[in-house]
Amino acid sequence: MTDNTSPATSRAVDVVAAEPVGREIGRRLLITLGPILISLVLAGGVLVAVGVDPLAYYGLVVERGLLSPLGLQQTLTRMAPLLFIAAGLIVAFRAGMWNLGGDGQFLLGAVSAAASAPFLVQALPGWLALFAAFLIATAVAMVWSLVPALLRAYQGVNEIITTLMMSFLGVSLANVLVKLVFLDPGTTVPQTRTLAVADRLPRLFETTITSGLVFGLVAIVVVHLMMTRTAFGLRLRIVGANPRAAVHAGLDVPLLTVAVFAISAGLVGMGGAIDIIGIQGNVRADWNPAYGLAVIPVVFLARMNGFAAIGFVFLLSVLSIGGESAARRLGVPQHFTLVLISIVLITLAIAEYLDNRLNQARRA
Amino acid sequence: MSGFLSDTFLAALLFGAVTAAIPLLLAGLGEQMSEKAGVLNIGIEGMMITGAYLGFVGAYYSESLWLGFLTGAVGGIAVAALMALLCVRIGLNQIVIGIALTLGLEGLTAILHHFQFSRSYPRLPAAEVTAIPFLSDIPVLGPALFRHHLIVYLAVAMVVVMVWVYRRTQLGLNLQAAGDKPAALDVAGIDVIRTRTVAVLFTGGMAGLGGAYLANVGAGLFIPFITNGAGFLGIVLAMLARGRPLWVLIGALIFGASLSLTTAAQVAGINIPTDLIQMLPFLAVMAMLVLFGRRASLPAALGIPYERGAR
Repeated sequence: MTDNTSPATSRAVDVVAAEPVGREIGRRLLITLGPILISLVLAGGVLVAVGVDPLAYYGLVVERGLLSPLGLQQTLTRMAPLLFIAAGLIVAFRAGMWNLGGDGQFLLGAVSAAASAPFLVQALPGWLALFAAFLIATAVAMVWSLVPALLRAYQGVNEIITTLMMSFLGVSLANVLVKLVFLDPGTTVPQTRTLAVADRLPRLFETTITSGLVFGLVAIVVVHLMMTRTAFGLRLRIVGANPRAAVHAGLDVPLLTVAVFAISAGLVGMGGAIDIIGIQGNVRADWNPAYGLAVIPVVFLARMNGFAAIGFVFLLSVLSIGGESAARRLGVPQHFTLVLISIVLITLAIAEYLDNRLNQARRA
Repeated sequence: MSGFLSDTFLAALLFGAVTAAIPLLLAGLGEQMSEKAGVLNIGIEGMMITGAYLGFVGAYYSESLWLGFLTGAVGGIAVAALMALLCVRIGLNQIVIGIALTLGLEGLTAILHHFQFSRSYPRLPAAEVTAIPFLSDIPVLGPALFRHHLIVYLAVAMVVVMVWVYRRTQLGLNLQAAGDKPAALDVAGIDVIRTRTVAVLFTGGMAGLGGAYLANVGAGLFIPFITNGAGFLGIVLAMLARGRPLWVLIGALIFGASLSLTTAAQVAGINIPTDLIQMLPFLAVMAMLVLFGRRASLPAALGIPYERGAR
């Protein structure tokens, strides 16, 4: 998949134009906030159509997701798994590989952690047990990405389709494992054994925020630095920019491809593990938060930049925690968050296009 | 064990395979044209779910399946028009926009369904079938293959139409060129953008129709996320068929059979968890990709927006 309109190149051109700094920042703000406002209006139209007051909805989302102390803590906790997923997607997308199989990798990671952690805590000291469960989840997710990775590396099969298919498979397999293999015999609810709250990752200070948030932040910053500051990251970006040139530069493209998939899926699997050993404690049957798909637009919006992704993941968490409250209070299904993010993604892409056209016209 | 192999059971299994194959066939034939013309249409899942929703709404309120097929196809075309505008005309990234359209429309149709139908979950009456004279009297095969809604025969006939379009018409050549060497088509005086737009709109119509069939005939109702990856399966079919419509039909029947096994096994009382059976079609896809993936050739300019004079 070659991406000719990569955001990186268009930004480089903008810098060459050497506008006054103030105007440049103002323009950036305009083409970012303008589309977001338009999206809020468009999505509000959907709410009006189904008979819900959009202002009441947005108000409730902001209040519950951002302003109320409890809501903000939930929002920050929600960020932990999402940051890992974003980190995993950034590695793949920057290397020009479309890992769209996040949901399967996430759930298999989560189920592996949920299945192993309650046993490991009995045998090992607490932190070591959690670390072991974390590693198991990572390894399982990595293995799950092996088929698409090998197919792309050695057979040239398009990874968009194979990762999607493996995702459908992974979600079903995770369900089968929960219902048949790792079922908790102690309850009638189909779910895995529950990791006691005391055995989970500690919370930060006196809050309910999981310390998984810190790990997530570290993961995404490390990934960002790896991709932008190391020789390995440069190699991956060369593969992403032009695989044929990468071959001529003497890079082992098939091996790097497999490595990219392993790192990407591993990070997504870590997100699943963090969600279990830090927050949920078990996996219920048919549980699929579909974080993998929701994070894809977020990573695009952040233009695959790790620091920008932190900001957008925060926004997604606010929308998703606030949206859960609004779902209970106003009866709007949570899918609304998905609709809003999709509209933002499309309007931002259009704004960027118009901005580029305008710049070209001015220069010509 | 005799129950599993009885004639009626076998007929039901085959009937189910055809019913499950039709949406895949329509989506696959549609996607094939997009891919031929150089547009990787990831948004097809969004077009299908829109077709399923609008098709159901149309059929439910008008009490006519045909009107439902029409509204479904129009819905798919509307989404395709947006996709064509964004990805063909102004050249935005096809994968980004395709994913955005799919996610957004899955969410939107789920919300609309929630407010309209989630209390009552209305069903449509069973679709009336057209029995083909003589052929429908063949034991087992007759009821399985020749007693379907008229649209099924039309869908299969589309395979022949597509073969004719690709082999015998100017449009077919133009489509091929738009995917393999768009600049050459442009030099020949034919508008690449227009050719690709036609292909994407056709995909939307076929995907919308497939979605409408899935909801109205296959299920008899609309539920959120009902397409469950059928559009993506259509993409796989188009990839594996290498531009040949007949192979889309064969592939659709194979995937349809594995989907139909899901229900058949439950009917026969074989005690396998549904999740395990739901993996079957996707396992079949992966197996085919592993076996034949290397030969799944795609057009040279697939996924690359065409811009005149660009190097």
